[in-house]
Amino acid sequence: MNGPIDTNSWQYRQINARAPGLSYLANALIELVEDGYPVVAGTADLQYSNGLVRFAQRFPERFTQFGISEQNMVSAAAGMASTGAMPFVATFASFLALLCCEQIRTDVAYSALPVRLIGHHAGISLGFYGTSHHATEDLAIMRSIADLTVVAPADGPQLAAAVRASVNHAQPIYFRIGRGQEPLVYDDGVDFQFGKAIVHGEGSDLTIIACGSMVHPSREAYRALRAAGKSVGLIDMHTIKPLDTKAVLSAAAHSRFVLTIEEHNILGGLGGAVAEILAEAGSPARLIRHGIRDEYSLIAPPTHLYKHYRLDAAGIEATVREALG
Amino acid sequence: MANAPTPSNNTLPPDAERIALLRDRAEFVRLETLRLIQIAKVGHYSSVFSCAEIFATLYYDAMRLRRGEPQWPDRDRFLMGKGHAAVGLYPLLVDWGFFSKDVLDGYTRLGNPLGDHPDMRKVPGVDFSSGSIGHALSGGLGMVLGGRAANRRFDVYVLLGDGEMQEGQVWEAALSAAHHKAGNLIAIVDRNGYQLDGQVDDIIGIEPLADKWAAFGWQVHEVDGHDVVALATLLRQLKAEADRTRPVCIIAKTSKGKGVGYMETEPGWHLGYLAPSDEALAAEEIKRGGKTQ
Repeated sequence: MNGPIDTNSWQYRQINARAPGLSYLANALIELVEDGYPVVAGTADLQYSNGLVRFAQRFPERFTQFGISEQNMVSAAAGMASTGAMPFVATFASFLALLCCEQIRTDVAYSALPVRLIGHHAGISLGFYGTSHHATEDLAIMRSIADLTVVAPADGPQLAAAVRASVNHAQPIYFRIGRGQEPLVYDDGVDFQFGKAIVHGEGSDLTIIACGSMVHPSREAYRALRAAGKSVGLIDMHTIKPLDTKAVLSAAAHSRFVLTIEEHNILGGLGGAVAEILAEAGSPARLIRHGIRDEYSLIAPPTHLYKHYRLDAAGIEATVREALG
Repeated sequence: MANAPTPSNNTLPPDAERIALLRDRAEFVRLETLRLIQIAKVGHYSSVFSCAEIFATLYYDAMRLRRGEPQWPDRDRFLMGKGHAAVGLYPLLVDWGFFSKDVLDGYTRLGNPLGDHPDMRKVPGVDFSSGSIGHALSGGLGMVLGGRAANRRFDVYVLLGDGEMQEGQVWEAALSAAHHKAGNLIAIVDRNGYQLDGQVDDIIGIEPLADKWAAFGWQVHEVDGHDVVALATLLRQLKAEADRTRPVCIIAKTSKGKGVGYMETEPGWHLGYLAPSDEALAAEEIKRGGKTQ
């Protein structure tokens, strides 16, 4: 009873045409079912936006269309998990983390039910849709919920790897993902371990610690800076919680600066998590948090916003150069 | 009560022996609630008293359960939207052998798993955690969907407060349960008429309640929620409708504080504490009245 699927609609066709990254989620879930895992999936009137329509086509009996009832969906996912199912439910990160915060805390995390929450179009990636559709608070909110793992994969292959790895992960998980248009950082089959950061390189001047959609532009900046002779490192901190504190402290031990990059408020998210670690360790490394500076984003297409907020490769490179003086 | 029977799964009204058992168990719920709240020094007496017969009928007639096996995958599920009545449920879970009386007797004390609201992570036999009003019907719907995906058939009972009808998420769940043909989802509204700040219909009115549920696509029944014969007969009939596609809402007309006269007439007893002498008087009144329904 999930309604017909219109494969001729522009929404359906854009999954491949405009947002190829979206196919990774559905494909990963389809593979899990084919491998015998009790995966079920659901969405709240966004099956085209998150690509789960592909899963719905393949396994209609394992898919639930909840309509525009996000809180109902999250509580129902908890109920499904309590029966032994492995539910993945997806909606915009803004609605999932803010509207459904209490359902996530009380029904999912407090109850230790292995629900996989997919918050897509996170950060300011919905551009001119405006603040209601932006999620620049979700990492801070989700990170403060006990027993909830918080992950921000950089691209489709890393998301697929994280989804695959989640079958052996007992805790519920909040996946923060983009809009499916992120350039690829990784190849298919990339390794993924929860809580284990990926160190792309080390540097004595400055280490960039980035997550999610910011890993790709950070890597572009990192490459340009290294080509220009700067000793810069890069860490993909895909798991925000539990944070890879060893990787943070190692970077702080050999770099003068640590620069966090996130498509999120600089309060409470990746930058906040790194700041907590460095302050408690008494690290002499200077921390710079780069992201949205505790404000509501302007209205613009996403790429224009990334440029404006210096969250594109050029902006990140300039931020590093300013830090190094 | 040493030996709780398994449900009879027939459509006949309960026999005299079963009726006596259900009344006894409802009285047991009330007396245990008095006893346990003495430990906590504050609790939701009247919220339990309004649904004591509902608890008794579910756990001693309607639900398929296995003694000592709270995780039996094919068991019927029970969720409480009005989680604040959990103190009345815990003694029944002990009676079913899901955890020990020693644990029950430490109700609310430091480190004990039993709090004012039920925690599925800590309490064997609690099928869903609650405390924030309005989530449980969605949780119950999820259990139906999960059972469907796994080809398991069990019934899911969700006890809702009438004040809970003011929560928007209840109606999200109502809409989607009907749409997804969750025929084995049975909501029971404890229509005792009161919430913390006064009478439900003075705070935010919910009538015509039966019409609302019917309009949302549910099969609706209204019943005297203290009449164990009516409750058991209805639940047996519903159990027999194995191919039902419409979810069911039972509006149970109840009296808040049922069994203790002054609690029935004073809404302040939603949350309260009885001095030991008053507790003894309340227990006497419950014993006098409990078997007359």
